[in-house]
Amino acid sequence: MANQQTSASWSSGKSLLRHGDVPFRIGTVVLASAVVLLVIAIAVIMVNASQEARQAFGLDVLFGTEWNPIETEVAPPAFGAYPAVRGTVLSALIAILIAAPLAIGIGIYLAELCPPSISTPLSFLVELLAAIPSVIYGVWGVFVFVPFFNTVFAEPVSQSFGLVIPWLAGPIATGRGIIVTGVILAIMILPTIASLTRDVLRLVPNTQREAMLAIGATRWEMISQAVVPYASAGIIGAIMLGIGRALGETMAATMLIGNSQRISESLFLPSTTAASLVANELTNSVSSLHESALITVALALFGITLLLNLSARLLIWYVERGNRGAK
Amino acid sequence: MSTMLIRQLTPFYGSRQAVKPVDMTIRANQITAIIGPSGCGKSTVLRCLNRMHETIRGAYATGTVLLGDTNIYDTKEDPTMIRRRVGMVFQQPVALRTRSVYENVAVGLRMHGMSNKAELDVAVEKALRAAVLWDEVKDVLDKPGHALSGGQQQRLSIARALAVTPDVLLLDEPCSALDPIATASIEELLLTLKENLTIVIVTHSMQQAARISDETAVFMVDTSSGQALGELVEFDATRKVFTEPSDERTELYISGRVG
Amino acid sequence: MKPSTNYRWRKLVDQVMRSATVVATGCAVIPLVAIIAYVIAIGGTAMSASFFTDVYQPPDLPTQSEDVANEEVPFNPDDPFANLEVPAPENADGGLAGESDEMQAVADAYAAGPRGGVLHGILGTLMITGIGLLMALPIGIFAGIYLSEYRNERLATVVRFSSDVLSGSPSIIAGVVIYVVVVLQTQQFSAIAGSMALAILMVPIVTRTTEEMLKLVPEAMREAARGLGAPTWYSTFTVVLPTALPGIVTGVMLAFARGAGETAPLILTVLGSNVITMSMFEPMAALPLLTYRYTESPYIGENTLAWGAAFVLVMLVLIVNILVRLATRRVGVTR
Repeated sequence: MANQQTSASWSSGKSLLRHGDVPFRIGTVVLASAVVLLVIAIAVIMVNASQEARQAFGLDVLFGTEWNPIETEVAPPAFGAYPAVRGTVLSALIAILIAAPLAIGIGIYLAELCPPSISTPLSFLVELLAAIPSVIYGVWGVFVFVPFFNTVFAEPVSQSFGLVIPWLAGPIATGRGIIVTGVILAIMILPTIASLTRDVLRLVPNTQREAMLAIGATRWEMISQAVVPYASAGIIGAIMLGIGRALGETMAATMLIGNSQRISESLFLPSTTAASLVANELTNSVSSLHESALITVALALFGITLLLNLSARLLIWYVERGNRGAK
Repeated sequence: MSTMLIRQLTPFYGSRQAVKPVDMTIRANQITAIIGPSGCGKSTVLRCLNRMHETIRGAYATGTVLLGDTNIYDTKEDPTMIRRRVGMVFQQPVALRTRSVYENVAVGLRMHGMSNKAELDVAVEKALRAAVLWDEVKDVLDKPGHALSGGQQQRLSIARALAVTPDVLLLDEPCSALDPIATASIEELLLTLKENLTIVIVTHSMQQAARISDETAVFMVDTSSGQALGELVEFDATRKVFTEPSDERTELYISGRVG
Repeated sequence: MKPSTNYRWRKLVDQVMRSATVVATGCAVIPLVAIIAYVIAIGGTAMSASFFTDVYQPPDLPTQSEDVANEEVPFNPDDPFANLEVPAPENADGGLAGESDEMQAVADAYAAGPRGGVLHGILGTLMITGIGLLMALPIGIFAGIYLSEYRNERLATVVRFSSDVLSGSPSIIAGVVIYVVVVLQTQQFSAIAGSMALAILMVPIVTRTTEEMLKLVPEAMREAARGLGAPTWYSTFTVVLPTALPGIVTGVMLAFARGAGETAPLILTVLGSNVITMSMFEPMAALPLLTYRYTESPYIGENTLAWGAAFVLVMLVLIVNILVRLATRRVGVTR
C-alpha cells in the first residue's frame, strides 16, 4: 500500500520532481562552465589591459633593462622589466636547485622507508608547510632568517669566495637579495614537490620492487634503480609544478628580495621579481602606459605558469594512466 | 653446496604464526615441488628460503635453513647476499620498466660489480640462452623489456635471476599467468636447468608437479586450533606421493576431494 | 660469502642514502617548527587585551609646537648659516650635543612596544574572506557536482583543466584582474573587490574537494535511490550530497583558511585601513595586509604587531588544517 502511494506520487507529476533533472543539469553545466569562463575572462582581460604597452614596446617590456616609469626631462619613460625577469628566474632557479633533491628525498622517505606509524603524521607536517601563508614566510624571513643567513652564510661566503667569484660578492647591507629569497622559496615549494613525489612513488607496482630485491639489491638500489625511474615522469611533473609556484610567489619575494631595479652581478644583492613589481607599482601607476606595462608582466607570468602547470598535469596524468594498465 | 636443509622453519606475520615448523631437505640438482590448497602457506615457506618473507612489515621467521654449510638465518648473514645465491621468479612476469631487454638481464651483474662491456655481453647471452630466450631476443636486445610477450617476460625474469649465478632457483607459481604453450616452454626450461641448479617450485597445478618434479612437498591447512595454520603433511619422491601417499590428507587433496 | 669491496661499498651507499632521506625530511620539519615557534613566541608578546580589541594607534611621536613649526628663519645672504642650529661636537657626557628630550622621545617612539591592536584586521579578514567564500560556494559546489556526476563528458575535462589552471596561477593574477575590472572602473578600492579576488582563488579548492568527496559516496547509494524511482537531481540533493557533506565542509574550511592568508590580491583591491569599517564598498583592513605593512614599518612596536597578526593567521591555519585532518580520518580518506 505504502509503495503504491510512493510510486504514485513519483509519477503523478509533481512536476518539480519529475522534471527536476533538466534544470539540475542546466544549473550544474552553467556553473561548471563559469569556471571555464573565468579562466578565459582572466586571459582576455589581461591581454586587453596590456595592449598599450605591448603595442608600444613588444617583447622589450620583458627584456629591456631599464625600468623607469617616470618621465624625466632627459628621457621618456622606459619599461624594461629585465631586472624583474632576471630576479624571478634566478630566485626560482636557486629555489628548485635546493628544493628538488630535498623534496625527492622526502618523497622517497615517506613512500618507501618511513615506518608506517609515523608516515601519516609526517606527511601532514610536510603538507602544513604549504598551508602557511606566504606573508608569514615574509615576516619570519625578514626578522629571523635573513639575519641568521647573513651571519652564517652570506657574510662569510661573500668575504671569501666572493672575492674571486663576482656573483657571490658583497658587500651585504640589508641582507635582502636573490639568494636568500631563493632559499625561502625552496622551503615554500618543498611540500608541493614532496607530496606529489610520494604519491607517484606509491603508485609503482610492488612487482618491480620484489624483482630487484630478489636479485640481491639493497633497499637503496631497489629505490634508485627501479622505483624512482619508473615514476620519473611524475617526479618531473612535480618539479615543474614547484617551479611554477616559485615563479609566481609574491609576498615572500617582495619582502625578501629588496625591490631594487639595479642589475647587480652579485646574487647576494637586492633585486626584484615580476610579481613584486606588479604588487608594488600597479596601484600607484603614473600613467596608463605604466599600468599596461605592469599588466604585460603579469600576463607573461600567467602564461608561463599556465604552460608549466599544463605540462606537469599532463605528465602526472600520463604516469597514472600508465599504472592503471600496468602488468 | 646447493642442498638446502630446512629445520624447524616457522614463519610469522607479526604475532600470528603462519605455518607449523617445517623440516625438509631440498636435494641439489633436482626439482622439488610444493603443492597444497590456497592458504596453506606454500608461498610463505618458499619466500622464507631467500628471506623475501621478511620484506613484509612485521614478518619474520625462526628456525634454520642451511644452504650448503651456511645458515641463511644466522644473524651475521645479510639477506641481500643470500638472495644472490638463492634467486626467485614470481607469479607475475616482471620486466623492469625503463630498461631494455639487455639491461633487464644485466642489472644484477652491474649491481654486483661487473662493468666490463665484453664480460657483460658474455654473461647476458649465457643467461638468455639458459632461459631459452636468446634466439627470440638477440636482435631486439635494446628494445624495452616490457614490449615482450608475457611468456617471454617470464623467461626474461628467469634470465635475470640466472645472470647472477645462484645456487638455488625458487619459482612461485611461475606459470599461473601464462598460456599453455608458454607454460610448456617454461617447464621444458626448468628440466634443462636442473642439471646445474637446485629448483624449488610452488605450484597449484598437481599435474605440473607430477610432470616435472623429482620430489614433492604437500602442505595442508590445519584449522583445529581455531586459527588457520599451514602444515607440511608429506614429503617424498613425486611418484610415491601421487601413487601411494602415506598421509590420508594427501590422498584427499590429490584425488580432488579436498582443497 | 666473504664481503668484497663491492659489497661493502654498496652497503655504505645504502646506509648513507637512506639517512640522507631522513635528513631531507628534517629539512622540511625544522623550518616548519621554527616558523611556528617564532610566530608563537614573538607574536605572543603582542598579545594583550588591547591586541584583540583595539585598532591602529599611531606611534607616539612628539609634535612640534605650531610656533616652532611655522617660525621662519631669516635668510642673510652675507652669512647664510646664521640662525641655523648646527649640532655642537660631543659634550662631556659622550652624548650628541643638542640631544634634547625631543630626540629622545623620537627614539623612544621608534623603540616602543606595541600600541593598539588588530581588531580592524580581524573583522576585515572575516568579512572579506567570508563574503568571498559566499561568492565562490555556488560555483565551486555545483561545478564539483557536475564533475562527479557527469565526469566523462568532454566539458568535464575542460572544467577540470580550468580549475587546475586557476589553482596553479599566482595569486596576484586574481588581484590584477579584479583591479582592472572593478577597482579601475569604480575608481575605488573596496572590500568587495577583495572578496571577488579571493573568490577566484577559492573556487578551485571548493570544486576539487566537492568532486572528490562526491566520488567517495558509494555508487550503491545512487543506484538504490534510482531503483526507488528517484530522479538524479533528487537523489543528489537528498542522498549523495548529505553523505558527502562533512567532506565538503572540510573543503570549505580549507578554502577559507587559504583565502584568509592571501595578501597580494588584497594589496591590489582593498588597500587596507587603520580603522574599523563596515562598508564593503570602501577600503577595509585585513590581517595579512596589516602583517605586511607592519613588517615594513620602521617602528619596532608595529613590527611586534605584525608578529601578532601573523600569530592569529597561523593559529587559524593550524586549527583549520588539524580539524580537517581529524575529520577526514574518520571519513576514511587517505590523502
